Amino acid sequence: MKVGIPKESHPGERRVAGTPDTVRKLIDFGFEVLVERGAGALANYPDPAYEEAGATLVDGADIWTAGDLILKVRAPKDLEIAAIREGAHLISFVQPAQNEELVRKLAAKKITLIAMDCVPRITRAQKMDALSSMANAAGYRAVIEAAQHYGSFFTGQITAAGRVPPTKVLVIGAGVAGLAAIGAARGLGAIVRAFDTREAVRDQVKSLGAEFLEIEIEEDGEGGGGYAKVMSPAYIEAEMEMFYEQAAEVDIVITTALIPGRKAPILWEKRAVERMKPGSVVVDLAAENGGNCELCAPGEITVHDGVTILGLTDLPSRMATVTSQLYGTNLTHLLDDMGRAEGYHIDLEDEVVRGAIVLHEGEKLWPPPKKEPPPEPEKKAEPEQAAAPTPPKVAEPTPPATPAKPMFGKGAFVGLALALVWLGLRFGYTGEMTPPMEFLQHLTVFVLACFVGWQVIWSVTAALHTPLMAVTNAISGIIIVGGLLQARGSWDTPSALLGGAAVLLATINIAGGFLVTQRMLKMFRK
Amino acid sequence: MIYTLLIVAYLVSSVLFILSLRGLSSQETARKGNVYGIIGMAIAVGATLTVPGVDLYAVLVPALAIGAVIGWLMAARVAMTAMPELVALLHSFVGAAAVLVGFASYLDPAMYKGHGSGVFLTEVFIDVFIGAITFTGSVVAFLKLKGKVSGTPLLLPGRHMLNLGLLVGSIALGVLYVQTGNPFVGGELATEGLMWLGIMTALAGVLGVHLVMAIGGADMPVVVSMLNSYSGWTAAAAGFMLSNDLLIVTGALVGSSGAILSYIMCRAMNRSIWNVIFGGFGTASAAPPKPREGAPGEVQETDIDGLLAELLGARDVVIVPGYGMAVARAQHAVNDLTQLLRDRGIRVRFAIHPVAGRLPGHMNVLLAEANVPYDIVLEMEEINDDLPRTDVSLVIGANDIVNPIAQEEGSPISGMPVLEVWESDRTVIFKRSRRTGYAGVDNPLFYHEKTRMLFGDANDSVSALVAALRARAAGG
Repeated sequence: MKVGIPKESHPGERRVAGTPDTVRKLIDFGFEVLVERGAGALANYPDPAYEEAGATLVDGADIWTAGDLILKVRAPKDLEIAAIREGAHLISFVQPAQNEELVRKLAAKKITLIAMDCVPRITRAQKMDALSSMANAAGYRAVIEAAQHYGSFFTGQITAAGRVPPTKVLVIGAGVAGLAAIGAARGLGAIVRAFDTREAVRDQVKSLGAEFLEIEIEEDGEGGGGYAKVMSPAYIEAEMEMFYEQAAEVDIVITTALIPGRKAPILWEKRAVERMKPGSVVVDLAAENGGNCELCAPGEITVHDGVTILGLTDLPSRMATVTSQLYGTNLTHLLDDMGRAEGYHIDLEDEVVRGAIVLHEGEKLWPPPKKEPPPEPEKKAEPEQAAAPTPPKVAEPTPPATPAKPMFGKGAFVGLALALVWLGLRFGYTGEMTPPMEFLQHLTVFVLACFVGWQVIWSVTAALHTPLMAVTNAISGIIIVGGLLQARGSWDTPSALLGGAAVLLATINIAGGFLVTQRMLKMFRK
Repeated sequence: MIYTLLIVAYLVSSVLFILSLRGLSSQETARKGNVYGIIGMAIAVGATLTVPGVDLYAVLVPALAIGAVIGWLMAARVAMTAMPELVALLHSFVGAAAVLVGFASYLDPAMYKGHGSGVFLTEVFIDVFIGAITFTGSVVAFLKLKGKVSGTPLLLPGRHMLNLGLLVGSIALGVLYVQTGNPFVGGELATEGLMWLGIMTALAGVLGVHLVMAIGGADMPVVVSMLNSYSGWTAAAAGFMLSNDLLIVTGALVGSSGAILSYIMCRAMNRSIWNVIFGGFGTASAAPPKPREGAPGEVQETDIDGLLAELLGARDVVIVPGYGMAVARAQHAVNDLTQLLRDRGIRVRFAIHPVAGRLPGHMNVLLAEANVPYDIVLEMEEINDDLPRTDVSLVIGANDIVNPIAQEEGSPISGMPVLEVWESDRTVIFKRSRRTGYAGVDNPLFYHEKTRMLFGDANDSVSALVAALRARAAGG
C-alpha cells in the first residue's frame, strides 16, 4: 500500500504531513511511502532526509496519482481534488461542517475521507488528537508572537537604570492552547492570570503558576468533549465586566475561546481594547472562526489606539518543524490503530474511525450518529490532559471549609446576644434597682470582644493551636483580678478568704500558662 | 482619678491580649505575642493592686508568689507529650477560681451597693455554674488524659435525661436562689440563698463530670478546647458580675478561641459539636465493628532491613505521626531519621491531620520539640494531593486519621477527611499491636496490598532504623 505525502499548496502553509522520523515509522508498519519533492523544505526537513528514511521522492502532481492513501495537513484545493485518483483514501484536517462544498466534490470522486479534526476526544484517541497537538503549539507561539510585538521584558527587573515591572498576561480559555500559553508566559517570567468558565480547569491553571480569575455567579461551563458550553446572559455580562476591569491592568491578552461548530464568542470588546495601555498586545487564537476580540481581523495584524491585535491564523504553521513532527506522529498512531499496512481497513465499529470518517468510498457518513455519552470516558477525555503537566484528579471531594464557618459564628453569637439582652431587660426592669444601662454597656463590650476574638483566632495557624490553647489558658487567669478585688477589707470575712484562694489558683494558671507557651514557642524553628 | 488610670490600664491590657492572640497567626510573630500577653497580664495585676481597698498585701503577695512558683514548676517540668494533661489541669484552676470569686462576691456586702440585685445574683449564678462545670470537667479530662480514668466513654443509661435533669435542676435552684435576694438585708447573713447556690454548684459539678466521662479518648481534643472555651466564658461572666470590662473582654477572647478550636476539631472529624458532646462515640459503634466484605486479608509484615532498603530507594517520603508517636516519645528518634534521610537527598515531609494527638496542634508541638523544621511539617490539605507521588509513607502511631473506610458510607467515621496514604507507592505502619484505633473501627489499610506493618514500640523501631542508617553511613 502506497502512502503519499504531498507538499502543502495553501499559501504560507509550512507544515507537512510526515517528517523523516514519522516516515520511518510508516515504513516499519509496512507502508511504501512516497514524498513529493520539497514537501518538507519549509519545515526544515530536506529531501535527502526523507530518502535516507526510506521514502521515494516523487515529482509534482504525480504524488496524487501514485498514492493509495494521501496524508495531508490542510484539506485539498480544487486543483488537488482534480488530481486525486478516484477511490483513493485521504486523511487531513477537513472541518466538514464548514466545508460542505469540498466534501461534495470529494464524494463525487468516491474518496474515502478521514478528518483529523473529527477524531473523538476520548482517552484512547489522545495520541491521535491532532487538534491538541496544534493547539499546544499555537498557545506557545501566541506568547512568542505577543513578545515580539510587546516592547518590554516579561519578567520584572530591577536594574541600575531603574525598575521594570513584570508583564501581566491574561489568558482567556484554559484549554490546551490556553494552558500552553500560560506555561510559556510563566516561563518567560510574566505574571499570568487565566479565566475559564469550566471549574474543572482551575487546578490545572494553578498548577502552572497562574492566578485563576473568578466571576461571582455559579455556573459551570463544562460542555462535554472537553469544550465549554454557551453560558447564560447574566453570566456573560458579568464576564464582560470582569474583562473590562482587567483591561486596565493587563499588558497582553491571549484569547483561546472556541465552542465547536460555532462562531467564536466575542469576549474582548472594543471598549476593552480601548481601555488597554498603548503598546499592549491582543493575540486572538480564535481568529480563524471570527475571533474572540471584537476588533480582530482574521489573518492580519492591526493596531487600534496603540494596541496591537494579532489575528494570526497560521500559528501552528509558524512552528512547522515541531508541528509537522507532532501531526505526523498523530497520523502514524491513527494508521497503527487502523491495522498498519497489511491489516489496513476502515472499521466502522471502531469509535475513533467512526467519529473521524467523513466519506466512505464517496458515501457521506458524517456526522456520526450520536451515541449515549458514556460519562466516564467523557470526563477523562478532557483535552487539557495532553498539555497539563499534572493530570487532574477526577471527582475529588474536598470539605467545604469556608461556608460553614460564618454560619456557626452567626448562630452562636446571635443566640448568645439575644439571650443576654433578654436577661438584661427581664431583670433590669423588674429588679427596679438600677436601669439596665450598665448591664447593656457591658453587653456591648462583650459582644464586640467576641467578634474581635472570632476574627483574630481564625488567623491562627493550625500548627500553633496548642500554644494558642496554653496562652489563652494563661490569659483566662485574668480571673485573678476578680480575686484581687474581693480580697480586701480584713481577712476574717469569708469573701476575702475565698478571693485570696482564687488569687492563688489563678496565679498558678498565669505563671504556668505563659511559661509553657514560651517553652513551646521556643521550639518552633525553621 | 485613680479609676480613670485603672480604666486606661485595663484598656491597654485588653489590647495587649488581642495582640497576643494575633501574634500566634505565624511562627515568626508567636513569641512576641506571648510577651504581649505577659505584659498585658502584668499591667492588669499591677493596676488592680493599686485599687483603693486592695491592701492586704501581707497575704496577697505571698499568695501571688506561691502561685507563681507552683505554676512555674509545673510548666518547667512538664514533658511535651504530657501537654494535654497540663492544659486540662490549668483549665480546672480557672474554673475553681471562678467559683471562688463567685462565692466571694455573693458574700461581699459591698457588692450590693448600687447594683440591681436580680441582675447581680443572676450574674453570680452564671459565673458559678460555668465555673463549676469547667472545674470538674477539666479534672475528669485531666484524669482521663493521664490514664487514671479509662478513656472509654462512660455511657450511663438515660444519660441524656440525666444531663437534662441536672441542667433543669440547676436552673430551678438558680431561680430559687435569685428570689432570696440580697442576703444582707436583715443585717445578718441570710443562709437560704447560700444554700441554694451551694447545691446548684454541686449539681453543676456533677454535670461537668458526667459530660466529660461520656466522651471517648479520641474526642479529647474537642473536649479540651471546649473546656478552654468554658474557662473564657466563666471569666466573662465574672466580668459582668464585678462590672469589670477587662474580664469581659478577655473572657470573650478566650471563649471565642476555644469555641473556634472546638469547631475546627469537629470539622476535622466531620461531626457536629452536639454529636461529640452527647454522641459519646460508641452508641453507634458499640457493637463490634462489622467484618468487612470477605475475610480481612493477611497483614504483611516488614522488618528494619526491608524498610531501610525501601527508604534508601525513595526520593519522597511522608511521615504521618499520631498519638502513638507521642505515647512512645518517638519524636526525637523521628527527627534523627528525618535528618539522616535528608542528608541523603531524600525529601522528607510530615503530614499532620487536624485531630492527630490529644490536643489541637499537638503533633506540631512534639515535632517542634524534636527540632523538626516547621516548614516541612504540612497540614492535611496541603499534602493530600502529593501523596500519590510519594514513594514511602511512614505512619507512626496513627490509625483513624489514615483509615480509608472514612471515605465509604456506613462506618462511624464516614465522611471524616483522612490522609490518603494508601495513594503512595508504599505505606509502612508502625504499630504496637493489631488493636483498632480509638474509634473502634477496623482499618482496611492494614490489609492493603501496598501496606507493610512494622510491629513494635515506635521509639524502638525508629531508633533501630536510625542506628542502621548510621551504621551504613559509617561503613561507607
